[in-house]
Amino acid sequence: MNTTPMMYIDPHIHMSSRTTDDYQNMRDSGIVAVIEPAFWFGQPRTSVGSFQDYFSSLVGWERFRAAQFGIKHYCTIGLNSKEANNELLAEQVMELLPLYACKEGVVAIGEIGYDDMTPQEDKYFRLQLELARELDMLVMIHTPHRNKKAGTSHSMDVCIEHGLDPSKVIVDHNNEETVQEVLDRGFWAAFTIYPNTKMGNARMVEVVRQYGCDRIIVDSSADWGVSDPLAVPKTAHLMRERGIIEAHIRAVCYENALAAYSQSGQMQESDWLNPSPIDQRQLFSGNSVLRGQKPVIESPTREYALIE
Amino acid sequence: MVFASYLEKTTISANELLHNWLKQRLNSQALTWLEQKIEQIKTAVNTLVFFSAFSAVPRYTGKNDLQLTKTELEAACSARTGWFPSHWSVDQAARILLVLALPQDNEQKYLETLERVFTAADVGELVALYQALPLLRYPEKFRNRAAEGVRSNMTAVFNAVALGNSYPAQYLGDLAWNQMVLKALFVGSPLHLIQGLDQRANPELARMLVDYAHERWAAKRTVSPELWRLVGRFADNAMLADLERAIQDPDPVQQAGAAIAIAECPLPAAQTLLARYPNIQAEIQAGHLTWKSLIIS
Repeated sequence: MNTTPMMYIDPHIHMSSRTTDDYQNMRDSGIVAVIEPAFWFGQPRTSVGSFQDYFSSLVGWERFRAAQFGIKHYCTIGLNSKEANNELLAEQVMELLPLYACKEGVVAIGEIGYDDMTPQEDKYFRLQLELARELDMLVMIHTPHRNKKAGTSHSMDVCIEHGLDPSKVIVDHNNEETVQEVLDRGFWAAFTIYPNTKMGNARMVEVVRQYGCDRIIVDSSADWGVSDPLAVPKTAHLMRERGIIEAHIRAVCYENALAAYSQSGQMQESDWLNPSPIDQRQLFSGNSVLRGQKPVIESPTREYALIE
Repeated sequence: MVFASYLEKTTISANELLHNWLKQRLNSQALTWLEQKIEQIKTAVNTLVFFSAFSAVPRYTGKNDLQLTKTELEAACSARTGWFPSHWSVDQAARILLVLALPQDNEQKYLETLERVFTAADVGELVALYQALPLLRYPEKFRNRAAEGVRSNMTAVFNAVALGNSYPAQYLGDLAWNQMVLKALFVGSPLHLIQGLDQRANPELARMLVDYAHERWAAKRTVSPELWRLVGRFADNAMLADLERAIQDPDPVQQAGAAIAIAECPLPAAQTLLARYPNIQAEIQAGHLTWKSLIIS
């Protein structure tokens, strides 16, 4: 059950790396929906088959697992910048993308962008922007850890060059140095609450205090690293404690993500407020969680993981 | 076996029917998109446009039920024997229309393209693809694929192969066919929706089903009375003893299922057994109690 009155969306979190226990805690903390951007494994994939199975799990098993615990799961599909540097493999992944980009619940092409800003990264970033344009899709940009300010500017330049509308591009992993330009140019500015490498809670509070809530989005990116899948609700609590008004908290921790990604037509509030009647054509059933029982999609109870 | 000329004629009809149904149900924007994609797929050098369009279909069409009228269903059945898309949705119909638009002359390329779509498909796409099996060109090449669909752990996907689909009865080998029927019982899918059920009944399947009934009984579980539909004609004395046990069930539906099976059994002892239940026997002889009349939820 949703025990807090506030609803949250974590629009950037790598649930494949997390346990079911996390889903339970997230649901208990008020998270109703997540977006899982296609990501890398921490080690490079060596064949296109690994990409295919990963993409299939994002639109298949992971979505089902989330639903079992009362959370709506969406994803973005893309070739990440690090792996764009393996050109042989990158070519094959590019051929795979049209098979996955338009599947149900895929809200954007992402996360794509730059890591080292190599020519290969540039090539595949551009090719994927072209794909997004052809398929009329949103884009989620991963901005680089190093040389971030220049990398962020350049990412936006390239988007404009390829004819993308800034209102259809979410630029993620921003910090105090990049936020002004991203907002000025009309893009969505997302912030990742992630220890040490990205944003911190307290800094995020100050960003909202300074820039308000227009087009600002908070997420966790929680993955296989030391990270917190409750970063969004925890940041909201801190904002509340430090006097940010409720309407702004609601905007940056829920409404803006919904407004940005609902442009895809694949995500709307009714998905979790009034879940559609069970549609057996859309369910995994008879799988390792359920054995022949009627499929349940809205049962966020703790019974599934009782340790007895 | 299906002759090529016959196949071509019927495939074109199925194509036209799907197109007409969608014309009446889609808004003009969705229809324009679909028709544009069909043209691109027909003439495309590479298959990328097919891949993305196939996935994107519900973004344009929505997912309402197709809700075909009785006349439309009859047209389907006459275009293609056994084709009965009563439970299809508009996105499924549109996806299949895109599949039918694929160039078919290069057999290898056609099969490779569909195999790629199958291996990358999500649940909704798999359901559409498996339902389309009887409409595909080179249908005999999809035997392994259909058997794979039967192995799915997603009930919706399994049902797309097994229920309301003429492909399994026509093309599956006995091994895969028998597995499919047995699995339908396992996942609680009604057997009467399997096309060609009675025609493909066989002694080996009867043995498997009776073994299954024994397992269920040992675990103090019930057995679907539909199971006996595939047993009666092949029952030996031991199986007849099982039917005798089943007809003693207090549940009238269980009783009725066993009784019809006993009536179908060629052994003389079967008729003697049935005579001990004169009321049911009379119902069967009068044609009031049949597999069709037996409502199994």
